Amino acid sequence: MKFSFSNIEITGILSILPSREIIFKDEISNYNFTEKQSLKLSKIMGYGSRRVVQNGTTVSDLCIHGLNYLINDKALDKESIDALILVTQTPDYFLPPTSNIIAGSLGLGEDVLCLDINQGCAGYEVGLLQAFMLLEQRHINKVVLLNADVLSTKVSEKDRNSKPLVGDGATITIVENKPNINDINLYIKMDGKGAKAIQIPAGAFKLPSTKLTANLTKDKSGNERSLDDLVMKGDDVFNFVQTKVPQMVKDIFKDLSISDDNIDYYLFHQPNKFMLEKLADKMSVKRDKMPNNIVGKYGNGSGITVPLNICENLNDKLDKTNLNVILGGFGVGLTWSMIVCVLKKMNFCKIINY
Amino acid sequence: MRDKIIEILNDTRPEFDFEKESEGFLEKGFLDSFDIISLVSDFEEVLGLSISGDQIIPENFNSISAIINLLNKIDN
Repeated sequence: MKFSFSNIEITGILSILPSREIIFKDEISNYNFTEKQSLKLSKIMGYGSRRVVQNGTTVSDLCIHGLNYLINDKALDKESIDALILVTQTPDYFLPPTSNIIAGSLGLGEDVLCLDINQGCAGYEVGLLQAFMLLEQRHINKVVLLNADVLSTKVSEKDRNSKPLVGDGATITIVENKPNINDINLYIKMDGKGAKAIQIPAGAFKLPSTKLTANLTKDKSGNERSLDDLVMKGDDVFNFVQTKVPQMVKDIFKDLSISDDNIDYYLFHQPNKFMLEKLADKMSVKRDKMPNNIVGKYGNGSGITVPLNICENLNDKLDKTNLNVILGGFGVGLTWSMIVCVLKKMNFCKIINY
Repeated sequence: MRDKIIEILNDTRPEFDFEKESEGFLEKGFLDSFDIISLVSDFEEVLGLSISGDQIIPENFNSISAIINLLNKIDN
């Protein structure tokens, strides 16, 4: 499905990362593999360090901290907010929606629309799609998009496949109506047949958590996890990314009559370094046009990786020049989505700690 | 090439004997998706090949013969 929008601009991105940092080498003894195997894999996959929340910190804590930072810094006028969208897989509660909690904490007015969206790796693109659609309404001029997750709390300590990768954090993206000669084109596809390739089996209503679901079981590879923990079918996910993502880029190039020469950067979701390198090679894209440094530094924070990628890698560049980019998310759902747009100098584009 | 492949497999998962067990690596739990990634990295480094993402599928790594077929295809 394709969507096109005009006269809309991303005017600011703030990334909020927990200050607690975990180093991969310090956790090797948790896993049922030799140190040699784990260290080798860390080099290939890009494991280094990741940021995770302290016990009890939730997405609303991260988001409220970031929003207060912007408001106190006069970078965001809370009276100008028309809608607040939160994309998360780890809400504070099943109910009420966490966006309502955040709006209440900030004292936002009754006319501010609050929406929670459950999405993961493509959560930035899905959230932006919602924001763009709202901005087509006459009375909506500014949308605050929050992407946030604390998934590290749902990954088994003894799962070498996932534990070293998953990080936590939040991002705040301000999206506004602004005269803009560059259209935004958004492409999105979903394949529910592959939905269980990435899941947390227990804890909601299909399979509520019990003492039984909390029991650790060992898989064929020696990883241990419970039904309350995140599980990924690695082969299926890898294959999905390597086939669907390049095809979508190819279709986009054909649809817009452009080529790789027209794109400065591919700011993709960051599952791991290996997958992104293979993706760049498959797409015949120079690896330095597809930054892959987020996982090794901060972890894979699901929907936050794309805006964090922008803050980490493009902040200085955007001060000097506009950049033609493709933002890409792929994973949970299975969902894959790309946004072709021009990023311009923003009011803020930075990373702060919580 | 066969001996080199067995050497790399044994190095990746030393608890198994890939000389003895020549097939069904994934069903039998000798290799998982992360082992495949490790193997790809080794094959690329040692044999000077480049294995593209869409060739990194379980079927291509499930037996010694499947691996040999894959590497021969790339080499040609």
